[in-house]
Amino acid sequence: MQRRVLFVLGALSVLSVSDAWAQDAEAAISAADTAWLLASTALVLLMTPALAFFYGGLVRAKNALNTMMMSFVALGVSGVLWVVAGYSLAFGEGGAFIGDFSMAFLNGVGLEPNGSIPHLLFMGFQGTFYIITAALISGAVVERMRFGAYVFFIALWGLLVYAPICHWVWGGGWIGDLGALDFAGGAVVHINAAAGAVVAALVLGTRRDYGRLALLPHHVPFVLLGAGLLWFGWFGFNGGSALAADGIATLAFINTMLAPAATLVVWNVIDYMRTGKATAVGAATAIVVGLVAITPAAGFVSPMSAVGLGAIAALPSYFVIQWRARTKLDDSLDVFAAHGIGGITGALLTGVFADAVWNGGSNGLLFGNAGQLGIQALSIVAVFAYSAAATFVILKVIGLVVGLRADKKAEGIGLDILNHGEEAYSDGEGAILLLDEEINGNGQAKPAPVKRVAETPVYEPASV
Amino acid sequence: MKLIKAIVRPERLSAVLKALFRADVHGLTVTRVRGHGGESELEETYRGTTVKMELTEKVMLDIGVSEPFVDATIDAIVGAARTGEVGDGKVFVLPVEKIYRIRTGEEDRAAVTPVTAVEA
Repeated sequence: MQRRVLFVLGALSVLSVSDAWAQDAEAAISAADTAWLLASTALVLLMTPALAFFYGGLVRAKNALNTMMMSFVALGVSGVLWVVAGYSLAFGEGGAFIGDFSMAFLNGVGLEPNGSIPHLLFMGFQGTFYIITAALISGAVVERMRFGAYVFFIALWGLLVYAPICHWVWGGGWIGDLGALDFAGGAVVHINAAAGAVVAALVLGTRRDYGRLALLPHHVPFVLLGAGLLWFGWFGFNGGSALAADGIATLAFINTMLAPAATLVVWNVIDYMRTGKATAVGAATAIVVGLVAITPAAGFVSPMSAVGLGAIAALPSYFVIQWRARTKLDDSLDVFAAHGIGGITGALLTGVFADAVWNGGSNGLLFGNAGQLGIQALSIVAVFAYSAAATFVILKVIGLVVGLRADKKAEGIGLDILNHGEEAYSDGEGAILLLDEEINGNGQAKPAPVKRVAETPVYEPASV
Repeated sequence: MKLIKAIVRPERLSAVLKALFRADVHGLTVTRVRGHGGESELEETYRGTTVKMELTEKVMLDIGVSEPFVDATIDAIVGAARTGEVGDGKVFVLPVEKIYRIRTGEEDRAAVTPVTAVEA
């Protein structure tokens, strides 16, 4: 009897608590904002598989799975580490340089409002950025990095590089306090990943065939598919970064549509003027460059400025790609040219085109605030320098412990078979099914001896 | 006249072609083939199915050459295709009875001598 009363009392108190919570939450949480951020989170998460296709198509067939897995594995490893500690290090109270462990393992991250959406949703949305940023770096190390070493690398890089830089800009850290404008991660995601990419390419060294053989994309349609899906996902990346379903979200969304369109046009025109041909790989690259460039500016500039920004952004990245291929820097899939140069161009142009009439607060150079350009430049230099230095240290440490490079044989045969035990394109010819006892190495299957005499019937393989 | 049949690693093909062209050997046919040699088999797993890849991807070159080119051709292939690991491939040298160039009807040595070499 007593127990029953206690139980009822307990149930009542739970009810009253959750009632109170529901009333609080209804007061602050907007259903529209929540709906849009739920959709945006899924859109941004899709960008990592999209990146897998973009990168996977650009490498040789023997490394297609390895390259795609470098993106896919981030969905797992970085996804888990984000809730373990990444989110807390990025968005925890902390100081000017890094957060803390107060929200490790999602401690205290519940359905209470954070702005106008549930805190848990904000955490998830930011997590999708954490995942893709780590995966972006893989483009600089494809076709030669041991998969295990890569997994260690992105795990450490996320916690030690992404989380602090994210804190600087968005988590209440010093760059945000300076007033740098980074709408959706031009510095946090793209310049950051590009700095890591350059250092990673230098530390690993070139592919053995680099500069001696033509290393061609094996599946250009995949590259176009990846670029298309990246564009689609980027509507969530930029549009969702408004953290609301409002006018700024609309501005960011439309700018995400317009800027890459302009980059695409300019890129194809340069291609055509230089070689007489408009290349498909160039078109796919242009889309990514345009998307990267508009990322920091998306919610700050007018739609026509976005067109101009996208058009201008094509030029530096285009020529850096031409130049890079002739250097000893085997940034294999041009992460630096696309994300670094594209990101820097975008971040600087944000300081030029930002227009308070559209964003309700911040003006750039064109609208009388020249100082903004200096703040933008400072944020670029700081992010690039920290990311480059920290990436170098992480890679050197991993190199000492497990070794970074695949061996010569693996590079020759391809990493798919040796690191993953699969091939991207296999027709199964010559594949012999192994039975369990054969895999374990006990019953070595010996074929019955065939007698080479006249009456021997036509040979038939022993049934499996 | 000899028919030189070489089986090499696909990843060495570019190097082999470069070496052959440098040795002025321009007429050749390349086929993607699969074969079994001394290499240890690679195991692959697809979901629950484990298989042993008994056949390895190789590239086969067929090159018809006149006597003065035989040694240069072999040297070019062996030098460029060798990695030192098991599975580098083989070069077979076969006698050839007769060669015809289809376009002109030229025979034997003339048939395997590139037009450019004659003009030069």
